[in-house]
Amino acid sequence: MALVARRAELLNQIADEIKSNGGRAHVYPHDATQFANVPTLFPTILRDLGRLDVIVYAAGVMPAVDLSEFNFEKDKAMMDANVLGAMAWLGPAAMAFERMGRGSIVGISSVAGDRGRILNPAYNASKAALSTYLEALRNRLTRRGVHVLTVKPGFVDTDMLQGAKRAFWVISPEQAAADIFRAVKSRKPTIYTPARWGVVMMIVQHIPSFIFRRMSF
Amino acid sequence: MPFPSLDRLSPLENFGHSMGSPAFVYRPTRAEQIAELFESASRCGYTIGLRGSGRSYSDAALNGGHIVLDIRRMNRVLEWNPDTGVIKVEPGVTIQQLWQYTLEDGWWPPVVPGTMFPTLAGCLAMNIHGKNNCVAGTIGEHVLGFTALLPNGDSITCTPQTTPDLFYGLISGAGLLGVFTSITLKLKRIYSGNLWVHAWASPNLRAMMSEMEPLKTETDYLVGWVDSTANGRALGRGQVHAADYLHEGDDSAPAQTLRVDYQTLPDTFFGLVPKSSLWQFMRPFMNNVGVPWVNIAKFLSSRFLSHHHHFLQSLVAFNFLLDYVPNWERSYGRGGLIQYQSFIPKETASDAFVEMIALTNRRGLPNYLSVLKRHRPDKFLLSHAVDGWSMAMDFRVTAGNRAKLQALCDELSEMVLQAGGRFYFAKDGTLRPEMAVLFLGVEALRRFRELKAQCDPQGLLQTELYRRLLCGPA
Repeated sequence: MALVARRAELLNQIADEIKSNGGRAHVYPHDATQFANVPTLFPTILRDLGRLDVIVYAAGVMPAVDLSEFNFEKDKAMMDANVLGAMAWLGPAAMAFERMGRGSIVGISSVAGDRGRILNPAYNASKAALSTYLEALRNRLTRRGVHVLTVKPGFVDTDMLQGAKRAFWVISPEQAAADIFRAVKSRKPTIYTPARWGVVMMIVQHIPSFIFRRMSF
Repeated sequence: MPFPSLDRLSPLENFGHSMGSPAFVYRPTRAEQIAELFESASRCGYTIGLRGSGRSYSDAALNGGHIVLDIRRMNRVLEWNPDTGVIKVEPGVTIQQLWQYTLEDGWWPPVVPGTMFPTLAGCLAMNIHGKNNCVAGTIGEHVLGFTALLPNGDSITCTPQTTPDLFYGLISGAGLLGVFTSITLKLKRIYSGNLWVHAWASPNLRAMMSEMEPLKTETDYLVGWVDSTANGRALGRGQVHAADYLHEGDDSAPAQTLRVDYQTLPDTFFGLVPKSSLWQFMRPFMNNVGVPWVNIAKFLSSRFLSHHHHFLQSLVAFNFLLDYVPNWERSYGRGGLIQYQSFIPKETASDAFVEMIALTNRRGLPNYLSVLKRHRPDKFLLSHAVDGWSMAMDFRVTAGNRAKLQALCDELSEMVLQAGGRFYFAKDGTLRPEMAVLFLGVEALRRFRELKAQCDPQGLLQTELYRRLLCGPA
């Protein structure tokens, strides 16, 4: 397994845990917004692993934004990590998998990408962009034997939740991971986790705009 | 431009489609590009695996996630002397190119494998043998010299007389010591494009071996096809082919038979089925139910239709039987196949092979085709040769039988090692790390590692086979 994230000491802890359970783990401290490093780092990972079966893009940021706040710095940070980082990483992965005719690409999008809401416009926009990007990758790659999974979690109990104002149906990261793992094995195109968000978002997506714009949801 | 470029990524497989891994493939056309590749790989921390036509059944030409140097674009004939039969070629020249180039002048490669597609670089790296091993030895014995580029930067010229260590090391060295840049071979003079073939049926393995033994140096080519799905008294029954070159004057029209188009294999079977799709017709029979019937039919036809037949057969048809059915390996289905070939000294061979065939049937993993050959020892460093016999067994691999098959091969390997036998890197995909030293011997492995340290101090040349078997503790 290749672990890519900013904080080396946390990565090493996870790597040690994997190794003590008999697995193989390599650690690559990297900021997903350092796009220029990806063309070298991606082949390095492939070299160290010897092969690649699944890539999961889970990087994302959601700074707290006030209802009357319009802050380009924060908006750009979200687009960089949530969208451009995904393109920087999943592009090469798509190319590699397409050539191999196999593999799974997993992108962690969000229920927040299904509608634009009053709380955090740029976050909604970034996740909508990611979902659409993943859908397009899927349409390109399915015919080449590559599986693309869009994951739309609700509230997951991670550091990101500290920026969320109201949280409910909170699930643990382990629970979300188990759902994702199952979806990769059964090669599903899109999942909500927990699954009940699928029902909720189907309703939410059908609320007409003249009502939705008056809701504080 | 980052190195390696993602554009170079290719899914590579072994010949049997039973192993595979992606690698960054580079296809140099000049030796300078190889030197540049060494430099870039070393700077960026990648290793380089060498690959020719990818006809190995093993992981010898795979290097997952790293660089693979495909030699096939260096494929020019550099010098040819039709009076002496000495030819100098680039390493990517294939056996097919070679015989087609020299046949009309009356020369034939002295040693060829069962298919004409391998490159000479690959043939030398594995030091391949043919059905004439007892008479002609391995291909390395017909190499007058070669040039090679080593990862340490040296360009070397080797002959068996001037640089025996490097000569006998690089040939048989599995592409782990250096890259051949040119190869000089002495070919075999022939007076006809046909062989005189004698075919007969043998009732079981011991009978077959005792029939073949007195012929080992009497006849040019000698091979046994074994039905290894038969048991009991018929265990190891099959058909023997013995073949001889024609002498000068035996062929009344050598100019006819020494033509490439005379040798060319037909495009269709029964004038109907295109050979490119034949493997699809074979596929329904390639399972544990169908194969015994195929073997029975084959044996009965050899026993009753062609017992003690003498006939003329073209060199190509006799030597490259497998090439009659392009992609025959695909008939084994999605999981592909492995070939398990072991080489056992003559004293212990018949007992060991009988036991091994019986074991494969007891384990419910019959091998679909076995080939028996007689061998002689050679002087090469990582040699597979013995004064004895080899048996090559083809096993179908499926998603469900992988673990069982590995366990069977472990058992077989124990039996081979007990019998003082050896293995062949072009074929082996199942040996355990500790088994390499047991058949190569401590001394040969130590000398290989000395040569490796001298030619490739950074360990730049690596393959999955190397990491599996040759770089562990001595």
